[in-house]
Amino acid sequence: LLLLPPLLQVSSTQPPRKGCGSVLHAVAGASSSAADVTNHHAPTNESGHQKKPFPVLDLNYEHVQTPFEISLWVLLASLMKLGFHLIPRVSNIVPESCLLIVVGLLVGGLIRLAGEEVPPVMNAEVFFLCLLPPIILDAGYFLPIRPFMENLGTILMFAVVGTLWNAFFIGGLLFAVCQINPGYPLELHQLELLPCLLFGSIISAVDPVAVLAVFEEIHINELLHILVFGESLLNDAVTVVLYHLFEEYAGAGTVTVLDGFLGIMSFLVVALGGVLVGAIYGLLAAFTSRFTSHMRVIEPLFVFVYSYMAYLSAEMFHLSGIMALIACGAVMKPYVEANISHKSHTTIKYFLKMWSSVSETLIFIFLGVATVDGKHHSWNWVFVTATVILCLVARVMGVVGLTYIINKFRIVKLTTKDQFIIAYGGLRGAIAFSLGFLLDEVHFPKKDMFLTAIITVIFFTVFVQGMTIKPLVELLAVKKKQEAKRSINEEIHTQFLDHLLTGIEDICGHYGHHHWKDKLNRFNKKYVKRCLIAGDRCEEPQLIAFYHKMEMKQAIELVEKGGAKMPAIPSTVSMQNIQPKKAVPQERMLGQLSKGKEEEIRNILRTNLQRTRQRVKQLCYSLTVSYFYLLKCYISAIFCCFQIKEMNNYLTVPAAPPDSPTMCRARLASDPQAYSMKPTADDVPTIHVDLASPQSPDSVNLVDELKKKSEPTSDADEGLVMRAPSQNRSEESDREQQKLMRCLSDPGPNADEDEDEPFLP
Amino acid sequence: MGSRASTLLREEEIEEIKKETGFSHSQITRLYSRFTSLDKGENGTLSREDFQRIPELAINPLGDRIINAFFPEGEDQVNFRGFMRTLAHFRPIEDNEKNKNAAPSEPLNSRTNKLLFAFRLYDLDRDDKISRDELLQVLRMMVGVNISDEQLGSIADRTIQEADTNGDNSISFNEFMKVLEKVDVEQKMSIRFLH
Repeated sequence: LLLLPPLLQVSSTQPPRKGCGSVLHAVAGASSSAADVTNHHAPTNESGHQKKPFPVLDLNYEHVQTPFEISLWVLLASLMKLGFHLIPRVSNIVPESCLLIVVGLLVGGLIRLAGEEVPPVMNAEVFFLCLLPPIILDAGYFLPIRPFMENLGTILMFAVVGTLWNAFFIGGLLFAVCQINPGYPLELHQLELLPCLLFGSIISAVDPVAVLAVFEEIHINELLHILVFGESLLNDAVTVVLYHLFEEYAGAGTVTVLDGFLGIMSFLVVALGGVLVGAIYGLLAAFTSRFTSHMRVIEPLFVFVYSYMAYLSAEMFHLSGIMALIACGAVMKPYVEANISHKSHTTIKYFLKMWSSVSETLIFIFLGVATVDGKHHSWNWVFVTATVILCLVARVMGVVGLTYIINKFRIVKLTTKDQFIIAYGGLRGAIAFSLGFLLDEVHFPKKDMFLTAIITVIFFTVFVQGMTIKPLVELLAVKKKQEAKRSINEEIHTQFLDHLLTGIEDICGHYGHHHWKDKLNRFNKKYVKRCLIAGDRCEEPQLIAFYHKMEMKQAIELVEKGGAKMPAIPSTVSMQNIQPKKAVPQERMLGQLSKGKEEEIRNILRTNLQRTRQRVKQLCYSLTVSYFYLLKCYISAIFCCFQIKEMNNYLTVPAAPPDSPTMCRARLASDPQAYSMKPTADDVPTIHVDLASPQSPDSVNLVDELKKKSEPTSDADEGLVMRAPSQNRSEESDREQQKLMRCLSDPGPNADEDEDEPFLP
Repeated sequence: MGSRASTLLREEEIEEIKKETGFSHSQITRLYSRFTSLDKGENGTLSREDFQRIPELAINPLGDRIINAFFPEGEDQVNFRGFMRTLAHFRPIEDNEKNKNAAPSEPLNSRTNKLLFAFRLYDLDRDDKISRDELLQVLRMMVGVNISDEQLGSIADRTIQEADTNGDNSISFNEFMKVLEKVDVEQKMSIRFLH
């Protein structure tokens, strides 16, 4: 940070251009100063007689300025995040967003103290194009679809009608306040109705970033969370339309009925168009993922790039980018998840979480920094206080009024407590600020006043409401989120109830919610899944997919918790095989494990004993490998850039000769507590992992379900199941098995590398 | 048309149904017209074939069981009272009803009765337990024919093992209720009947 002031000196020699990102501005500065530098270092033979001594150590900051500054900010954001979690007491009372804004204020203050001009970090392009999309994509990809769809009507009411009400109420009353205010007659009387309405529409929208940041920490129940969060996502369309409408006509001065009608049409176009664009890109991404079985490494890239393109395309047409992103993520997820490998799934999940977390942190810090930037502020007591009060009042009135209407149509009504939380959770955030920033000073001479008011409202909502919502939730005893994961019982019974309700609706002749959902599911199963999901997984019922996921998760947990106990199990294996009923007395089982764990182990063992254990090892291995996989991707990319291919050989372990499957398996099972390697004892069932081969009657592995063809180039990672190495198997299947293993130990960009286990001992 | 005179709904009947099930007047009349439209035989009762004529019910995996639930034990015809009594289970729970603790008999659409209805759909032999076989049958209906028996068997075992607290290898009604306590049954098992 100490370096920053003198280095900023260099960049501030260029006059700041309004509306340009600091990125563009810094690049221009860098290029011109680079030119200077090269001129300077040109041979001075023609001009001077002195030859400069060759610089052994040189400083060329402009060359790296932009990426360097960006990296510094990101690093600062991440270190701050780390720091907060090391101070548990503070982070319990104060939500993270507040702390980050304070940090931003401090940083901005430091820069100001150093005499430098605060860099225009919070500028609209950077925000809308770089910082906002990751957060929204993260939200959209992991959106809980079921509660969202069930409450869609309520959410839409709050988002559309609520935001409209807020905008007009705040804008109109502010205008009235300004007109009648005797204090500053000249200043405020100049403010016309349309700019007021525009201001109202900017400030009225609930912000998804702020809501996410605060609500994540309070863990309220799913219904309230999805209501407030869904509202914050869907009100983007309204905000976009209102903003453009008022901005257009603020110059003209009047808005006629025709304009109002066009506004409504525009709203429909913006909202539905955004969703359509998102859905198209989502389907494209799903379709592309169908073919990525041979090129698993770039699967996550498709997800990210298609989504970002959806956002940019929607923004290009002035449609709602947020809704496009949500639609893209939600549409693409079920199909992509069915097609991609387990590692890609993990990669996508963690990349999204990482980017959205960093973005969120940066946004709050930048908010703090931008506040300190004095030249954008013009404080006006009346305006600012009126804004804050009107925001609160409008929100409460809107929520109460709308709930009254909505409750007539809901099965489960919203209580007063719910209404309070919904009203209190209406936080404003950085989107409002950026929209204010984008205003044209010519048409809106009061832009500075607007910005000050917006920042004040943001600070108020984030600090006051953000800090007090947690104790209020405790005080009011609002239902909290249920932490337990969905059990197989719930899944089965929920599906059961779905079918039941659909049947009853059909009997009553009442085409409600369940009827259309059922129709959509059928359509999805019959046509859409066939196109978008590769192989035979399109036939897999949802229940089976859920069960597999659950089994795998549980198996991983078992290994993580009771891994050291595993070798003791083989002694009871033969027992289990002989007595299929669960009559094994308790004392026989491992004493250290709890009863619950015993039951779980027993159950899994009884059915898919060896298969599960092998799968467990695979998963443990593949999870470890997926982390290294990412690292390896980076390194490989760097190597590709620098074309230092031979370095690869130093990193990867020299390929082992393709020996017997046992050896391969043993190498993969790197767990030192695992079985001793017995190269010859292939058919000892107790010790060896002898999978049920397809000839045995109870082989129900995924391999069979998916009806794998016998070609050697089968899909990697698909079932994480290894075929049984029995003596009467052909050479081909051995090769296939090794290919499976190789693929499992990540293919890497270079396809003809042999079995590589980069970082394992 | 003339023979229908005896099957027209009388006011006293409407009142009785209203008291028993809690439906409103307009809901009862609306459902009555649906009942008569299904009743092709025009004899005031519905048979199983009448239900099976509904196209969407034929492709519903639980279609047969749902139809069976309407018919009382051993009978082949269901009259309007029985029809309404079954449908009353799906009425949304109203707030003022939640407070009526002193009610002598629980209303048909209470949470317990809703769950009991669902439970009876699983438990065909009415022994108040969902055995492994009964569960397997339901699972088979829901997932179709492509999945092997062993796979379904392991799911069924897993399900029972999760829910079973008294170790009898089957799910009793109390265990069933306990498993679904996190699920919002009031919403999931209610249909918004139009007023």
